[in-house]
Amino acid sequence: MSTSRKPQGGTTRRGFLSAAGGAALAAGAIRPAVSAGPENLPPNVPGWSRYLGSGVDAYPYGQPSSFESHVVRRNVAWLTASVESSVNFTPLHELDGIITPNGLCFERHHAGIAEVDPSDYRLMINGLVDKPMIFTLDDIKRFPRTNKIFFLECAANSGMEWRGAQLNGCQFTHGMVHCVMYTGVPLKLILEEAGLKTNAKWLMVEGADAAGMNRSVPLDKALDDCMVAFKMNGEALRPEQGYPLRLVVPGWEGNMWIKWLRRIEVGDQPWHTREETSKYTDLLENGKSRRFTWAMDCKSVITSPSPQAPLLHKGHNILSGIAWSGRGTVDRVDVTLDGGRNWRPARIDGPSFDKAVHRFYFEFDWQGESLLLQSRAIDSTGYVQPTKDELRAVRGTNSIYHNNGIQTWHVRGNGEVENVEVS
Amino acid sequence: MLKSAKRFALTAALALAAGPALGGALGLGSEARPEEVTAWDIDVRPDGQGLPEGGGTVEQGEMLFQERCTACHGEFGEGAGRWPVLAGGYDTLDSDNPVKTIGSYWPHLSTVYDYIRRAMPFGDAQSLTADETYALTAYLLYLNEIVAEDFELTKENFTSIELSNESGFIPDDRPDTPGLSEREPCMTDCKPEVVIRMRARVLDVTPDTEDTSAVTSD
Repeated sequence: MSTSRKPQGGTTRRGFLSAAGGAALAAGAIRPAVSAGPENLPPNVPGWSRYLGSGVDAYPYGQPSSFESHVVRRNVAWLTASVESSVNFTPLHELDGIITPNGLCFERHHAGIAEVDPSDYRLMINGLVDKPMIFTLDDIKRFPRTNKIFFLECAANSGMEWRGAQLNGCQFTHGMVHCVMYTGVPLKLILEEAGLKTNAKWLMVEGADAAGMNRSVPLDKALDDCMVAFKMNGEALRPEQGYPLRLVVPGWEGNMWIKWLRRIEVGDQPWHTREETSKYTDLLENGKSRRFTWAMDCKSVITSPSPQAPLLHKGHNILSGIAWSGRGTVDRVDVTLDGGRNWRPARIDGPSFDKAVHRFYFEFDWQGESLLLQSRAIDSTGYVQPTKDELRAVRGTNSIYHNNGIQTWHVRGNGEVENVEVS
Repeated sequence: MLKSAKRFALTAALALAAGPALGGALGLGSEARPEEVTAWDIDVRPDGQGLPEGGGTVEQGEMLFQERCTACHGEFGEGAGRWPVLAGGYDTLDSDNPVKTIGSYWPHLSTVYDYIRRAMPFGDAQSLTADETYALTAYLLYLNEIVAEDFELTKENFTSIELSNESGFIPDDRPDTPGLSEREPCMTDCKPEVVIRMRARVLDVTPDTEDTSAVTSD
């Protein structure tokens, strides 16, 4: 995998070094820091400072450094019945800032990735409209555009942790969230092109994949801030994110952000589709279930240190994490190093956008003592991220969805980090 | 109104009115022909909107189910491997092991028809006829002990079928934990001691990754 992007080396020294380096990486476990040799260090002059590197066009579509080949989405095979109806997870522990690279945005499919030819793409609007309409992708791209940065979180993110600490890594406990800039059209403009009847109250949005994924969306939300997006982070949507067009439902659970959007039906009541009855409803301890639990509550997680990102050095260290809220911006993040006995404010750095990921940092000194790390986010509505026990007290442990409880990482004396629960 | 005011410049530039009823402002797209809408409009609502003409019996459904569904869902809808369980599970929703099936959990029968019609069989979606979908829906009702084995489900009697958990759903009442207005978060000396109660490594269900070893301290 790591050698695939390397140009073919000849008999030159550069070619030999390149091939050797590639072979070492392909062997697997050796990280760049380990494979590096003293010949690259002062006072020596490393090869990359002496010999020509690859020319332009060696990689017409650029890829990350081969030294970063371990930074990939990963799945948890035992979670689901098949890879076509499954999920993988964003490697949050390797990322920084607020934007998720397109190739690392987690995937969740119900019938695999639909490969839609953009020239045969059609979006239909029907139901309670003045005139049922069909739009081509070119039509969509002639509407006025907008650019917005939003997080997308699966409602089941952290769902495996309701009964206790289970998966050892923030990629797996929290990796069903990503945050990108969408370019697209306000949904309101497209609906107005068809003309809404006065009794219109709900939309049914439907995907073109073999699951025909469909959800009900209240019209107020659709007219407020929903959009149909054809670009993410400036380039066309990735196939696994709904190429060529997906719905964007800011702040609400990811299942509603229909990918490969093929049809919107306007109606006067909700549809009660499979994904909003059998799934994505929140079973409480008394056997009743909440439904239409759309908003993603304020949540945060420390991404480093975390089980996949152990502490490597004593002395000065950087704690980093992300926070987000489906109801607004994140105003404040507190962190604790002692399991919640004492908290200190973290520093939110970078842009603060409505319903987007926020990045926070906390600098600390570590001398090898045991740490219990937690973060607690507070959003612009005054919502305070609860503990897992507070959530369980209200909801029990069968909810599956909407687990936004405070995460604890235990740092041992040797720097290893484990997912734990504390009193 | 405030939001409208903020967007006034944009709205004016687009020559769009705020009201939702004014259509066709930009002249983009084309009108969908009736046969196009009919072909794609496959959704079904609890009130029966969207149901096609036709019907099917439990007996017909059983034959279809054995042929096209049992590989994943098991002969009696019990589910194979991690594939969904379709039948049974009554009186388990408030237990430690809730079994959410069509009979025990789903609130509306229309969801069954809508979902089979659009998504099943897995990997061969939209291959069933309207009558076949009625038959399979009838058989699933039979597996869940809601109808007798001689039952025929039709467009006409469809909405008369009620599922037992229809009243089991409540509106979203979050936030359900204290916010800033109720409680200022504690910052200092918040608890006397902290004890680790549970560790992920005990379960050992995390996939292997190559980047968790070789921890060093200096």
